[in-house]
Amino acid sequence: MSSSQRAASIEVEGLVKQFKKGPRAVDGIDLQVAPGEIYGFLGPNGAGKSTTVLMLTTLLPPTAGSARVAGWEVATDGARVRESIGAALQEAALDPFLTGREHMRLQTSLHGIAKAERMRRGDELIERVGLSDAADRRVGGYSGGMKRRLDLALSLVHGPRILFLDEPTTGLDPQSRASLWEEVERLSKEDGVTVFLTTQYLEEADALANRVGIIDRGRIVAEGTPAVLKAEIGEPSLEVVPAEPDRREQMAAVLQRFSAGGDCVHHEHGSVGVRLKGGDAAMAGVVRALDAEGIAVASLQLHAPTLDDVFLDKTGRSLEGSGDDDEKAGAFVADSERAVEGTPA
Amino acid sequence: MSAYTRTQISELARRSLVRTARQPAQVIPAITFPLFLFAINAAGLDAAAELPGFPAPDYLTWIIAVPFMQAGLFAVAGLGADLARDIETGFLDRLALTPLSRTGLVSGQMAGTIALGLVQGVIFLAIGLAAGATFDTGAAGVVVLLALEVAIVFAFGLIGITAAFRFGNGEAVQGLFPLLFVFLFLSTMALPADLIENDWFRAIAEHNPVSFMFSGIRSLFYGGWDVAALAEAFGVAAIISAIFLPLAVRALNARVVRT
Repeated sequence: MSSSQRAASIEVEGLVKQFKKGPRAVDGIDLQVAPGEIYGFLGPNGAGKSTTVLMLTTLLPPTAGSARVAGWEVATDGARVRESIGAALQEAALDPFLTGREHMRLQTSLHGIAKAERMRRGDELIERVGLSDAADRRVGGYSGGMKRRLDLALSLVHGPRILFLDEPTTGLDPQSRASLWEEVERLSKEDGVTVFLTTQYLEEADALANRVGIIDRGRIVAEGTPAVLKAEIGEPSLEVVPAEPDRREQMAAVLQRFSAGGDCVHHEHGSVGVRLKGGDAAMAGVVRALDAEGIAVASLQLHAPTLDDVFLDKTGRSLEGSGDDDEKAGAFVADSERAVEGTPA
Repeated sequence: MSAYTRTQISELARRSLVRTARQPAQVIPAITFPLFLFAINAAGLDAAAELPGFPAPDYLTWIIAVPFMQAGLFAVAGLGADLARDIETGFLDRLALTPLSRTGLVSGQMAGTIALGLVQGVIFLAIGLAAGATFDTGAAGVVVLLALEVAIVFAFGLIGITAAFRFGNGEAVQGLFPLLFVFLFLSTMALPADLIENDWFRAIAEHNPVSFMFSGIRSLFYGGWDVAALAEAFGVAAIISAIFLPLAVRALNARVVRT
């Protein structure tokens, strides 16, 4: 990275969002994202990811703290921030009655792109996201993946330097997800676009992000490259499925004796996981201990540390399925309060 | 108004028109339902025209004003539902992330509804005349009638916009429809105020803003030009607009809280 690129694209200090009728959705976060970097903002539902994105994209005023995007303060220079960013927020925000090309025409016009340039730019982006064949079809008939790709293309019409993607692959099939990942990587590597990407998918953060910030209950609990974060955990985790489901608790008690720290995790699909003290070498001891208790095992797998292990280590909970209720409550509060606490532009 | 603002408004207006035209479920009832009611009333209540003091030459010429007012109600429901959908799908956030002005947003969204109002006006007038209604004010009267229709649709459309920005969901906006229908029925829709026997009903009908709009529309159909009635009708539409425009902007400011 050259010295001219060192100034951060996104700088956040002590950012807080306190909803009047709800929780402190974002509780004093600090982060910096360098130009051209893909920053993965990873956390369970309701952790504060979308609220952070809404603040950074100027759509929600912060309660406290400061955030600078492309060098502009989000609280006071909203229009300048919006000129510099593109955003594809949660749910592809499209009009089902318009075609892909009509969306492009509207978006390029609203961004003030010269008339002669509009069609060329729109066609170029439609082709880039692989929607040329569907460009004249109404969006209501698009698949989820096509909608997401169009959403991405629309966020790029004005050539933003910074792109916010809020859970861009949620609900997509693996093929559509891979296609979108490819495009995001290309934007970062070839065009030098800074990408701030929120996700609840570990593999997405692992595969795409140069650096990851893990957020839980409004606070960043870990930050670094995926490799460094996983290396900090050190110990692998063991996941065991009992042959008799009703002996799960008894099995968990045995596994707890081999824990490198933290409680066993009960996964929804019936297995119990534990971070294994002593790594691979402790496996034999686990098997002997289960055998001694007469607990038959249906399957037993040793995993290298994942970002879920990092989350577990920092919060004591597994990322999977964590925070669903918080998200529903938080989303309701955020939506209703955005309608009553507004400030004119 | 700058060229850029004009472009914003015209592109949003274009979108509004396209979207309206592509929703037959919104367009067809907005045209057929008022005509259906018109046909039932004209056929079932035609004897009312024989009451002493009934001002219109026949009941058909009296009741043809009703579809024009109902167009206003459909404007509330249609525009409100479209905007609520934009809020629910996040499309409004997409618009808020562009340099689009708030004036541009509200004005542009109105275009499809106003165009539909004009189409409704032309169809209602054509069918009314074909059915035998009189129209005393000629070609100039047609122009004024369509202008009044636009003013009514604009005023009621602002109610829909306000509700959509305030409530943010289509169901709540649709809930206004029956409420506004009550206003329609508690007016001089079916009979002139003088011929309404019930005191409380007559008192409400006399002061109901909808009755003033009816008088303005009807003045173009029979009795020659009545400037006072037209001024009152346009005036009521202007007052409703003057009340709901700032409310719509306020609700928009609360909904789109960009810094």
